[in-house]
Amino acid sequence: MLDNLPVLSLIAFTPLIGALIVLLLPGARSNWLRATAIIFTLIPLVLVLLLFAVYEPATGGGVYTEHSTWLTIPLNKEVLDMKLQGGVASFNLAFDYHLAVDGISMPLLLLTGIVSTMSVLASVHIRKRWKTYYVLFLLLLTGIYGVFLARDLILFFIFFEVTLIPMFFLIGIWGYYGREKAATRFLLYNGLGSAAMLISFLILIVTLGFSVSEGSNFLYSANYDVLLGNLSDPNALANIDTGNSRYFGFFLSDNARWGAFVLLLIAFGIKVPIFPFHTWMLRVHTEAPPAIVMIHSGILLKMGVYGLIRFAAFLFPEQLQSWTTVLAVLGVINILYGAILACVQREFKLVLAYSSISHMGIVLLGIASLEEVGLQGAIYQSVSHGLISALLFLIVGSIYERTNSTNLSDLGGLAKAVPFMSGILLIAGLASLGLPGLSGFVGEFLSFLGLFGSMKILTAIGVLGILFAAVYVLRSILSITYGPLPERFAEMKDARFIEALPMITLAALIVLLGVYPSILTDLMQNGFNGLLEQIQTRMGG
Amino acid sequence: MEALQTLSWSDTWYLAPELVLSGFAILLVILDLLLPKRINRNVIGWLTLVGLLVSATFVVLLMLSLGDGTDPADSTPEFYSLLGGSYRIDDFGNLLKLVFLGASFFIVFSSLGTVRDTDVPVKAELYYLVLPAALGAMVMSSSGDLITLFVGLELLSITTYILVATRKRNRLSSEAAFKYVVMGGVASAFILYGMSFLYGLTGGTNFAFIAQGLGSAIENFEALLYICFFLMIAGFAVKLALAPFHVWAADVYQGAPTPVTAFLAVVAKGAAFAMLYRIFMNSAFLTPADGSFLQKDVFIALSVLAAAAMIVGTVGALRQKNVKRLLALSGVANAGILLTPLAINLTEMHASLFSEFIYFLIAYSFMNIGAFSVLTILTRDSGNESISGFAGLYHRAPWTAVAMTILLCSLAGLPVTGGFMGKLLILFGTFQTHTYWLGAVILVTTVISYAVYFSFIRQMFMRSGTVDAKLKMSVPATITIWVCTIVTLVLGFMPVPLLEGIDHIFSIPADLLVIQG
Repeated sequence: MLDNLPVLSLIAFTPLIGALIVLLLPGARSNWLRATAIIFTLIPLVLVLLLFAVYEPATGGGVYTEHSTWLTIPLNKEVLDMKLQGGVASFNLAFDYHLAVDGISMPLLLLTGIVSTMSVLASVHIRKRWKTYYVLFLLLLTGIYGVFLARDLILFFIFFEVTLIPMFFLIGIWGYYGREKAATRFLLYNGLGSAAMLISFLILIVTLGFSVSEGSNFLYSANYDVLLGNLSDPNALANIDTGNSRYFGFFLSDNARWGAFVLLLIAFGIKVPIFPFHTWMLRVHTEAPPAIVMIHSGILLKMGVYGLIRFAAFLFPEQLQSWTTVLAVLGVINILYGAILACVQREFKLVLAYSSISHMGIVLLGIASLEEVGLQGAIYQSVSHGLISALLFLIVGSIYERTNSTNLSDLGGLAKAVPFMSGILLIAGLASLGLPGLSGFVGEFLSFLGLFGSMKILTAIGVLGILFAAVYVLRSILSITYGPLPERFAEMKDARFIEALPMITLAALIVLLGVYPSILTDLMQNGFNGLLEQIQTRMGG
Repeated sequence: MEALQTLSWSDTWYLAPELVLSGFAILLVILDLLLPKRINRNVIGWLTLVGLLVSATFVVLLMLSLGDGTDPADSTPEFYSLLGGSYRIDDFGNLLKLVFLGASFFIVFSSLGTVRDTDVPVKAELYYLVLPAALGAMVMSSSGDLITLFVGLELLSITTYILVATRKRNRLSSEAAFKYVVMGGVASAFILYGMSFLYGLTGGTNFAFIAQGLGSAIENFEALLYICFFLMIAGFAVKLALAPFHVWAADVYQGAPTPVTAFLAVVAKGAAFAMLYRIFMNSAFLTPADGSFLQKDVFIALSVLAAAAMIVGTVGALRQKNVKRLLALSGVANAGILLTPLAINLTEMHASLFSEFIYFLIAYSFMNIGAFSVLTILTRDSGNESISGFAGLYHRAPWTAVAMTILLCSLAGLPVTGGFMGKLLILFGTFQTHTYWLGAVILVTTVISYAVYFSFIRQMFMRSGTVDAKLKMSVPATITIWVCTIVTLVLGFMPVPLLEGIDHIFSIPADLLVIQG
């Protein structure tokens, strides 16, 4: 039934349509606004679920690919024509509208659908300027879906940037005390990341993207598939060393490859975040409204993981392979740095922020393994961490609404006042520390397993992080839920239905992924084939 | 050199846009004298608009009468050359003229009803002096000869000196005008001195003649040519407010009435670029290819100037609190970006420098005029030119705040706006020619500029202002703001039609180079 619909475009752009509708609604009718926002968050979720139901790992979602030319920018061909003595039929720079799904993006699309729906439900805590809030929220969603779907470098870049602007507003208007600083820092760090990404992309477009097709059509293409094709084609201009003059030449030299690779690593490393680039995300975690942190920690950080795999790994397998140790070391630093600092925080949101850093380190280990198990683990861990941190911040939002504080020393004994919420918090915490039977365990296990084959010592050090995880998770959960109940919390009410619904859903999904991992691993079955084949042929040759 | 042609009556058709402007300018001066005091001088503003529109219509008609050179059988000339090649009607000139006329139109239109008599006592002058200034810019973009070029430059400069001073009772304005006269005069002197070397070494003032003569001049008098080009570059850098020659810009922009500031930022800057293209494409490019150090050095100097302008402009803007000074510095940074396509020169692969340049110039014009219109409304309301004047704009005029946000995103080069597309094309050019460092400078300064432009957004959306009353909007300014916003978005979403149009009519040999005299 999906065959006749441009289903990927629908997924990406229904939130945008929703944003326009919200814009036209009267601002005072908060119920209408919320209902519209929920509907337009649900539509893409339903579409993603339908897509999931009919997705065949063997064919890799190729049926649903949407590909058309988008911008074909004419370049002046007169001088080229003169130089080549005529015969230049066309000379263009083409950006394609190319959307596709595969085993890597499918799990992340599911994650986006689920977390965004939970987040829009959790937005009940938003108290002012609903209309603007929901417009920006839906705009953000379009950006995120677009990032996971786009297969054209410039299209990807645009979607990536489109997420920045709504996030800036969402943090800066609805956040806590230090919101403006957090928003600015978010913008600048991520802007730098985007700049690095664009440099790298443009290097690729002017080398790998260039081709002369039959009939002398000179074309610079930004299409991801074209780039991948040219990369493995020994006759592509980018692979023939003719020496680049400043004026002419399309050779992608080894240095250029390394440059582009490192830039991509920085670009997506900021997003993940990898250790020295993480300070912005701490602020966002603590200052943004919880519903937005659910999106941020649950989905946006995963855009970094996705970018690392989709671009850094697939386009530069050789470079990545010689840098696996670097990546693994960075991963271990992330794990330990995050875990140790999480143990000493007094603010629950900061505990969660550092724990996110620690968990994203595990993802890096999975990527560094460059083995199918590890790569699957990386994606699995991303999805699992997305669900867990979304759930944790959902609870943070509900607790803050009742107590006006998330400082560990202010809280205590909540198990008596809000038993349901405390129970869910415990499940989320246990999932976060990697208890078998919950989703966190599978992701961590797969990632470590993948890396163990090649780097035993680093894996062993990384596993230490799990010990620390037990310490910081239990420490903070105990101090929130156990102990005597302070007088001022005696009147506290447990979760309302609108809060409980997303909590139960997320908790159920965490359990489901914990006991039945093949839901996701089956999806990813063929996702990494292209990459692994390339690595093998390079090893062989 | 052929004998100087005289202008025949039939040639007036080619000069119609310029003649209309000068005619209207003279008429309006007289009208201002004769009209009784009690009549509102807005009439003159409206007549100025009529003059600009009529002139633009003639430009369009002339453009349509030109051939595009794609069909060899088509005998329509691709350009007209008047007065022995010293004045050229070609697509390069025509496109720029349209930009100048359009920009002037919107600047005058948005200032109708927002300029206060207490601030600018000679409101009529503010309106009708735009005509000779635009005329100067048009002459510059159409010139095929150093003398014509210089005459156009001086016409533009002298008129803008007066325009800057029209806030007669304001000390800042007088100071700005004085600084502008001195700096502008010095710059003109530098340019003229440089030009005199060019004349002395090649024996002619016509670009075609210069281009032919440079080959032998470079062998015999290379040192003198260095002096010649670097004198001119220094003069141009002042006119364009490129760092480190930009210091006057902030003071002048601040002192001038806001519409004049917009005019300086858009039209005067664009005209200076027209001059750069005319001179450098016709002299430096045609010197023996790859052989001359001079050619390389000139373009390296331009690249360095562009990079310096971007860095200094952006970093300087970070600390500015006065919006006009801030936009002056942002204009410095944008001048760097506008200079980039020329600075990386024409190569086999990178021959689209003119479409890159003019696309960004159009986007830049609209985003600047839009932003200046918002500023005009705000300063009229509160008299506050500092960035805090934007505080709480979202609560006072939500839609204007949204429009301003889009314009700011365009200034910051965020998708999907004209500013983004323009920057992307220019960036693509730098990467095509493997000038990675310049591309990196553009990108990094763009990111730093986020901090500048988003500080407006912070004020508008996240702070509450001192006044809560609804902002009083003037109708022309509102229309201008929305036209600018919509054009900015259209340029972002649909760049192809415009670029295809430019590519179709524009051809390097006929429009950029003055090979045939």
